[in-house]
Amino acid sequence: MCLGIPGQIVEVTDADNLMAMAEVSGVRREVNVACVVANDPEALVGSWALIHVGFAMSLIDEDEAAKTLEALRGLGEAQETLEAMAQGDAALEGTS
Amino acid sequence: MRYVEEFRDPKAAKAVLAAIQSVVDDIGATKEKPVHIMEICGGHTHAIFRYGLDRLTPDGIEFIHGPGCPVCVLPMSRIDECVEIAERPEVIFTTFGDAMRVPGTRKSLMQAKADGADIRMVYSPLDALEIARRNPDREVVFFGLGFETTTPSTALSIQQASREGLGNFTVFCNHITVPPPIRALLNDPYMILDGFVGPGHVSMVIGVHPYDFIAEEFGKPIVVAGFEPLDLLQSVLMVLEQIRDGRAVVENQYARVVPDDGNPVSIAAINDVYEPRPSFEWRGLGEIDESGLRIRDRYQAFDAEAKFGVGYGAGERSVQEPEGCACGQVMTGRIKPFQCPQYGTGCTPEMPLGALMVSSEGACAAYYTYGALEAAE
Amino acid sequence: MNAAAPLSPSRLRGDRVTLAHGGGGKAMRDLIDEVFTCVFQPPGDEDQARLVDAAMSEPGAQLAFTTDSFVVSPVEFPGGDIGKIAVCGTVNDLAVGGAKPLWLSAAFIIEEGCEIALLRRVVASMQKEATKAGVRIVTGDTKVVGKGQADKVFVTTSGVGVIPPGRDIRANAIRPGDVAIVNGVLGDHGAAILAARGDMALSTTVTSDCQSLNGLIEAVLAAAPGLRACRDATRGGLASSLNEMAEASSVGIEIEETALPLRTEVKGMCEILGLDPLYLANEGTLVLFVPEAEATAALTAMRALPEGRDAVAVGKAHGSHPGRVTMRTAFGGQRLVDMLVGEQLPRIC
Repeated sequence: MCLGIPGQIVEVTDADNLMAMAEVSGVRREVNVACVVANDPEALVGSWALIHVGFAMSLIDEDEAAKTLEALRGLGEAQETLEAMAQGDAALEGTS
Repeated sequence: MRYVEEFRDPKAAKAVLAAIQSVVDDIGATKEKPVHIMEICGGHTHAIFRYGLDRLTPDGIEFIHGPGCPVCVLPMSRIDECVEIAERPEVIFTTFGDAMRVPGTRKSLMQAKADGADIRMVYSPLDALEIARRNPDREVVFFGLGFETTTPSTALSIQQASREGLGNFTVFCNHITVPPPIRALLNDPYMILDGFVGPGHVSMVIGVHPYDFIAEEFGKPIVVAGFEPLDLLQSVLMVLEQIRDGRAVVENQYARVVPDDGNPVSIAAINDVYEPRPSFEWRGLGEIDESGLRIRDRYQAFDAEAKFGVGYGAGERSVQEPEGCACGQVMTGRIKPFQCPQYGTGCTPEMPLGALMVSSEGACAAYYTYGALEAAE
Repeated sequence: MNAAAPLSPSRLRGDRVTLAHGGGGKAMRDLIDEVFTCVFQPPGDEDQARLVDAAMSEPGAQLAFTTDSFVVSPVEFPGGDIGKIAVCGTVNDLAVGGAKPLWLSAAFIIEEGCEIALLRRVVASMQKEATKAGVRIVTGDTKVVGKGQADKVFVTTSGVGVIPPGRDIRANAIRPGDVAIVNGVLGDHGAAILAARGDMALSTTVTSDCQSLNGLIEAVLAAAPGLRACRDATRGGLASSLNEMAEASSVGIEIEETALPLRTEVKGMCEILGLDPLYLANEGTLVLFVPEAEATAALTAMRALPEGRDAVAVGKAHGSHPGRVTMRTAFGGQRLVDMLVGEQLPRIC
């Protein structure tokens, strides 16, 4: 349900009707930005939004994305520590 | 692809999977006595199979594939009404590609097109608006299908048509909402679910609070999740941690896209254009109170039901589900797709009998397309 | 090439095809002379094809014969047109069976109202591609149908080629352990056509991969004579070709998602429309199987040619679950890659 993909707003095409060009991996599509515009559509240029059926539905929060990735990295580090401990144990067992 | 590739990193997956295994062990879940987690959204079902997550996660987790596939839960009678509208000579019927193959009692939209109806696939309701502008002598109908994610797009398109005074554009509204069927599932006496992965893109519109009842009234954890594989795995981990700790709260794993309060412009547009129907029929689940939307009277000029005199309540309400179809039981988690007697024999993606075999997001089609490995081994 | 230039002052009236051009009279003769034969058939050649080629008379040589119809919309698209595809498609059909393509026929169903200039462009690109692929268009036919009974122009090409003695490339010859190789990026044609149709209002710089592959296959055979099987991954994409081959050879095939060559734009289009690039059509992309010992030689030979520059090994045949194609996902999971059911439709949910 509800296929959506991050795209970057690259230019405003029709300010009156809140239309802008979004780009996803080099593919361009005109989208409606009514849901994400604050005052001036031009201010959106450069920002990333979740695109669904030709509408920019939500601006992507860079800080929150970083936090999620940070949490995932944290899990990775914890895992590495565990693996290192396991290896240490194995090494100890090997010497005894 | 920014905000996509980072969340598909297989190295990071290893750590999340290890953490998931550890929590599954803490809980004591096993293949025989698994934790049942429902991913509500069909997009999540699709991602689970696309990335092979079902085969990566421990045996102690069983995914139950939820009702969040709008095509799958659409009753046959609604497709019949689409065909009825589309076959009018003055109509250009526009739809998302998803709906084309759904069987009606007489025919699918694909078959209606072959029979001569002017049916056009579009990517956006904006494209349907443009077709209406270019064809002032034709009636352009857009098939409004989908959950809260898609509803704002048709609401905004109707508002735009209203501003332009476009007299030949209507929406055939079959929009549905997520929380009511979840409540229905939770009220089911056979319900075996331990927690939920919540629909990320629905939530970017409505926020996370509409799910409060799941935690507060039913004591089940729910984590709103993104659609990349790491998003899903992290969300499963968060659900498991809640189960282990005996907590039940609404958490938001997808905060980069989902604000807790949703999107105010979208919500305002939905409320301006639509109102709940007293009840709506779901394929496999039956009638559910206030689970569907209709166009408000003030926008009646853009309502295909009003213009063409078809639609909910106008004709035969319910069509019997095909005999032997066990979609309802699959959707409530009582049986797995392959346990349905029709699966793979009387019901295949080529000749779907039940709703869940129709869309690639339907649990049965997903099993059939991506998951048949077990059967082959 | 004098593709667009008639030999004498034009007798064709108007710039569109009318039903008169299909009526069997002078108008038809003028259309055929000025648009088709002046390009395909050098002056002095007979109109019936009497075919002689030294390769045919070698003991053990076999004739190969194939036909295909082309109905692409739009008729002209970035990277090619219906004429180029009609030549490449039939040349490739012959070549993947190990044949050296020699002669083609070309039949045209033309819609009343079709621009003559468009026909000239299509014919010119057919001749250009035929020259490039080393084949001759030796016979043909035209018919004109009423407005709406065709979409501008439909082309059918049949092709004859010769399979040299001792050569045996078959879809059922793959053995466990054989390596699957593709010659380049996947899905460009499907993505280019989707964008060119304009229904989805998407714009991209992707162009069709439409190209003849007979030269490439000869190069592979020279370097890797053990070449077992070869298919051009046209409609239904790589996934469909692999499924046909797995079934015919009764082997399992596993491909690696990380190895699949895909352009960023094609990935982007697939993400937007919910499509799977494994099922997007190609018109100049093949998948072949060679014994593992010859894989490096085959890859080196392919990469030396422009049409194989991006050649890469994408997977292997194996002995378990015969007839099934699986993919090791980039994420470390595994999934089944089934045949496509019907047409792949853009989806939003």
